[in-house]
Amino acid sequence: MEICTKVHLNNLVQWAKDKPEVLVMSADLTSSTEIDLFRDTYPDRFLSMGIAEQNMLSFAGGLAREGFIPFIHTFAVFIYRRAYDQVAMSVSYPNLPVKMFGFLPGITTPGGATHQAIEDIAVMRALPNMTILECGDATDVESVLEIVHQTPGPVYVRMLRGEIPRLFSPDNKMQLNKARILDCGNDIALFTSGICTEEAMRATQALKKRGLGVQHLHVTTLKPFTDPQILAAAANAKYGVITMENHSVIGGLGTAVAEVMAESGLGKPLVRIGLKDTFAHGASRHYLMKEYQIDAMALIASIESLVKTGFTITEEELAQIYLAPVHSDARAEAL
Amino acid sequence: MISDSDLTWQDEVRRVARGIRRRVLEHTVTHNGGYLSQACSSAETLAVLYTKIMKLGPIDKPIIPSPFVGVPSLLNQHYQTGAMFNGPRGESLDRFFLSPAQYALVLYAALVETGRMAPEGMVQFNKDGSTVEMIGAEHSPGMEVMTGSLGQGLSQAAGIAMARKLKGETGRVWVFMSDGEFQSGQNWEAVQAMAHHRLDNMAVIVDMNGQQCDGKIDSVMHIEPFDKRLEAFGAKVFVVDGHDIEALAEIGDYRPQNQPMVILAITDPCREIALLKKRIPKLHYVRFANDKERQLYASALNDL
Repeated sequence: MEICTKVHLNNLVQWAKDKPEVLVMSADLTSSTEIDLFRDTYPDRFLSMGIAEQNMLSFAGGLAREGFIPFIHTFAVFIYRRAYDQVAMSVSYPNLPVKMFGFLPGITTPGGATHQAIEDIAVMRALPNMTILECGDATDVESVLEIVHQTPGPVYVRMLRGEIPRLFSPDNKMQLNKARILDCGNDIALFTSGICTEEAMRATQALKKRGLGVQHLHVTTLKPFTDPQILAAAANAKYGVITMENHSVIGGLGTAVAEVMAESGLGKPLVRIGLKDTFAHGASRHYLMKEYQIDAMALIASIESLVKTGFTITEEELAQIYLAPVHSDARAEAL
Repeated sequence: MISDSDLTWQDEVRRVARGIRRRVLEHTVTHNGGYLSQACSSAETLAVLYTKIMKLGPIDKPIIPSPFVGVPSLLNQHYQTGAMFNGPRGESLDRFFLSPAQYALVLYAALVETGRMAPEGMVQFNKDGSTVEMIGAEHSPGMEVMTGSLGQGLSQAAGIAMARKLKGETGRVWVFMSDGEFQSGQNWEAVQAMAHHRLDNMAVIVDMNGQQCDGKIDSVMHIEPFDKRLEAFGAKVFVVDGHDIEALAEIGDYRPQNQPMVILAITDPCREIALLKKRIPKLHYVRFANDKERQLYASALNDL
């Protein structure tokens, strides 16, 4: 598996080259959100706002009203927790094109509870006019910019930084409200998002060897949540449906899938893998994913209980699995 | 016989200020409730802003407010803000923002007196389905951003001022504020950012009536030394008698270089309606205790 480094740093500079209306705003986390190269390349389009996120969000609303497209960069918690009223009234209510890049989703930081955005999707999903996207790999991080730019109104992105795996080939881009199919099968419907997709891919490869068919979708649009592939996959699953996310089980992907299933009258078991209504603490990502049971082994255990079969898969086996970049939906379906 | 040409700008400001007080008092008497002390304190500042200081686009004839057509969304094609009451936009024209949306009734009265809103707009105040809302929203006459959650108005106006600078526009951004709302941290974040980004196209005028919902500001959470605090944050500060229209107009003409300007207009929340003094310290919203009191206020209309 290819690991990419600081994908956003160069990609944003390249992408924004011919977009003078795009302004980048920072709240003292410029290199931490990989916008230092943008600052140095386009100093006139970079606004330093200091550790003052409430003002930054309302200020961005003002800029957007005058035709600019502010790209806010900070840790996710400082957008939706610190400045929620400002997001709601200065940005979301007037349906303004303020684009919010929230870094450190879920347990991706050892920074602990203050820095871990574990309920951001739940909070932001409740806001009218809001679009919510989540990145799970390097191709997502690259291609999300175009979707953000083309989607009218406010957009909130769960963004990744630093070392990021490339799970999808660069031409297999993120699409608005369209999940990517990673694997096909009739036994289980599996919906994963963000960093959980890589974990799930390891598990599904091991399960495939044992003859289990998993319809695996990588979900990148959390709102709107009207992708017909979701219900189709859920309806086709023999044993049930599993969601897996780096977020609280309340209000995120699992809730969105539950709503879709319930409203269509689809009565099937649903297992929501995620933070089980708990805050987390500061530790490594690997450690926390295991501790809070949002890793590949937790997924396997959930599947085992749904299909009432033990697969005797070890962590060592999962670690050996090679993940090749997935090319396109058609290719995946042909596999 | 005095012809129009004999009237000075001072006469016009006084006429508008008197009209603001009259209309808000009338409304308060008729509806047994209103933001009357705010009208008393800010009548001159709003009158001088609208008739002398701000360069706003003209209005053909007084606008009748439209009914509410729904909140902003991708699907709502009919949505518009209340900015049209401040005239068409222009690069060299000013923009006006009302931060304490609780002053909406006073602003509506000012719009009527300056020929920007039709008088029937006042009748729609706080009526179901009307845009002339009690706490003004961005669709309300004279408003264009959401400011009812105190603290957000100044930041939004600063974003607009920054954008106007980036676009090379020369018009100013005027923000009307109250003193009590400076207890909120976001306003200080905003002043800090206005100074850092040298938003010298911004001018803030604060109605220093010393009152807030719970009573006197000093008893709720004092903010002094307010002028020194603002200066320390990087603003050019003027302190002026908020009922002295010539002093207000003179400062309004001043345009500092590289820093935002804040005018602290010291005002009297009982100005011209002495009856209000009996209600001190409960001045935020006037509701009469009984019909006798209401009659007293009705008779005060004759004195204005």
